[in-house]
Amino acid sequence: MSNLFNSMIGWIDKRFPLTSNWKAHLSEYYAPKNFNFWYFFGSLALLVLVNQLLTGIFLTMNYKPDASLAFSSVEYIMRDVDYGWLIRYMHSTGASMFFVVVYLHMFRGMMYGSYRKPRELLWLIGMIIFFVLMSLAFTGYILPWGQMSYWGAQVIVSMFGAIPTIGESLQQWVLGDFTLSDAALNRFFAYHVVTLPLILLILVFAHILALHEVGSNNPDGIEIKQNKNPKTGIPVDGIPFHPYYTVKDIVGVVVFLIVFCGIIFFAPEMGGYFLEYNNFIPANTLQTPDHIAPVWYFTPYYSMLRAVTVNFLWIDAKLWGVILMAGSVIIFCFLPWLDRSPAKSIRYKGLYFKTALTLFVISFFVLGWLGTKSPTPLYTLLAQIFTVIYFAFFILMPWYSKIDKTKPEPKRVKE
Amino acid sequence: MADSFSINDEMSGRRKFLVAATSLAGGVAGAAIATPFLLSMMPSERAKAAGAPVEVDISKLEPGMLLMVEWRGKVVWVLNRTTEMLATLEKVEGDLADPNSERKQQPEYARNRTRSIKPEILVTEGVCTHLGCSPVFRKEIAPADLGPDWLGGFFCPCHGSKFDLAGRVYKSVPAPTNMVVPPHVYLSDSRLLIGSESEGAA
Repeated sequence: MSNLFNSMIGWIDKRFPLTSNWKAHLSEYYAPKNFNFWYFFGSLALLVLVNQLLTGIFLTMNYKPDASLAFSSVEYIMRDVDYGWLIRYMHSTGASMFFVVVYLHMFRGMMYGSYRKPRELLWLIGMIIFFVLMSLAFTGYILPWGQMSYWGAQVIVSMFGAIPTIGESLQQWVLGDFTLSDAALNRFFAYHVVTLPLILLILVFAHILALHEVGSNNPDGIEIKQNKNPKTGIPVDGIPFHPYYTVKDIVGVVVFLIVFCGIIFFAPEMGGYFLEYNNFIPANTLQTPDHIAPVWYFTPYYSMLRAVTVNFLWIDAKLWGVILMAGSVIIFCFLPWLDRSPAKSIRYKGLYFKTALTLFVISFFVLGWLGTKSPTPLYTLLAQIFTVIYFAFFILMPWYSKIDKTKPEPKRVKE
Repeated sequence: MADSFSINDEMSGRRKFLVAATSLAGGVAGAAIATPFLLSMMPSERAKAAGAPVEVDISKLEPGMLLMVEWRGKVVWVLNRTTEMLATLEKVEGDLADPNSERKQQPEYARNRTRSIKPEILVTEGVCTHLGCSPVFRKEIAPADLGPDWLGGFFCPCHGSKFDLAGRVYKSVPAPTNMVVPPHVYLSDSRLLIGSESEGAA
């Protein structure tokens, strides 16, 4: 039997690089042996990606991308399709959990300096994945054509109109109409189920290829490739990804699935944070709901969008809001060049960086919370203060990371 | 070394020209084939044809009442303002960004303090000039959430922009301009045509 198997593999290997790829990316891909739980979130993001692709395919079998039918087709999935509710809740919960794991994955990178040389490109590919993920979340949220779908899309699409000169025609090109209508719903469906998932898959593939080229970072920020066993050429602080980390990741998957199923079965709406109550009302083009807020994962940026209330230089407040909102996401791309600290990991960085990162996390949460609230003068002021802190974390980084008192980095992983 | 030649030799003269010309032709072809795809995303002929004007009967519109009309997929408000409401327009002017309607957000015939043809009847698109939400008509004076200085107007729940009862934007809010007054004309005392300035279009 094993002879037959081996000769089959041999037959394939002469025609397709199966064994060599298995070795390069799994059984002989050496990862640092000191990964902690923060390293679960990459593989969990892959798991959620598979969940979204699978459940998404089954949702398209019953969903209708037509402004007059979309809302009722989602109700039909929820009420009349066998297990339709489960598939839709897996998809809607998966969307929020995608952002949970990706935010934690990004925060891990920020703590341990995973964006630093030689991983700049790996970080940039990851950032593009994040942008595509945001576009996927946005286009997907429009599809049920409820009140929040409609007015959320109205706000986002109107941002194109804030661009000087070309804004208005660009907005019409995006919408395929003079207002948000069936034409836009139909094309956003095309983006959500074909264009963006295809781009996402290619980017995830590139992300993993780039990772396996430079090798994984670790909580100590040690470059394990700099210390190889002279006889075998294997990093002394490395262990093969398979079976060591595949087995470890399965533990992460089990814990994740417990949480995931708990949400699906007991709190799929998550108190209005995962599925907003106003979206259970069909889109009404004549009336904006009294209170509109995006889904939780967009609220920090949304807070910054509306924090600007004064015209500044020759640019009006509306365009400043859009610039700040876009800037708050794009600025992550510059992290590899903003961080001038001699140490890579937070374990060996000094008080300044630790304080700055803490303030950044606090401002991210406060802005996120403010984004779910109606704007009042006090909340607007708070949003302005925390927007400044948010940006200060990035803009002042070349300065505070350089003068920070760091500890010497170890050359080897501690036993 | 007769059998090997350097890149420089290979890329010189005629060959270099041919590579450049082929790349250029390919680029032009690529741009040409992208054009129909990109243009297919513009508003279709059907969408362009859907902009017909709408006629509204305002004979039953009591003072203080707001009527919502759909025109080109947008909401248009017709508000019959009371004399008290009209009196507030002058009082708030100090707090407005563009009290004299200098930016072109209205037809010439609505460029006045009331931003209307008939002083009491306001016709405006119910669309916030910030990011397209539809503001809420808040006619009560000094409600708890809008503060003691509020004399009635429109409040956008999305990002907190404020407009007075003539659709003029307040200072220090996200919205940059006054609300848009669409073209409109009175066919008779009680018949209003929105979306056209000539009676013939009805």
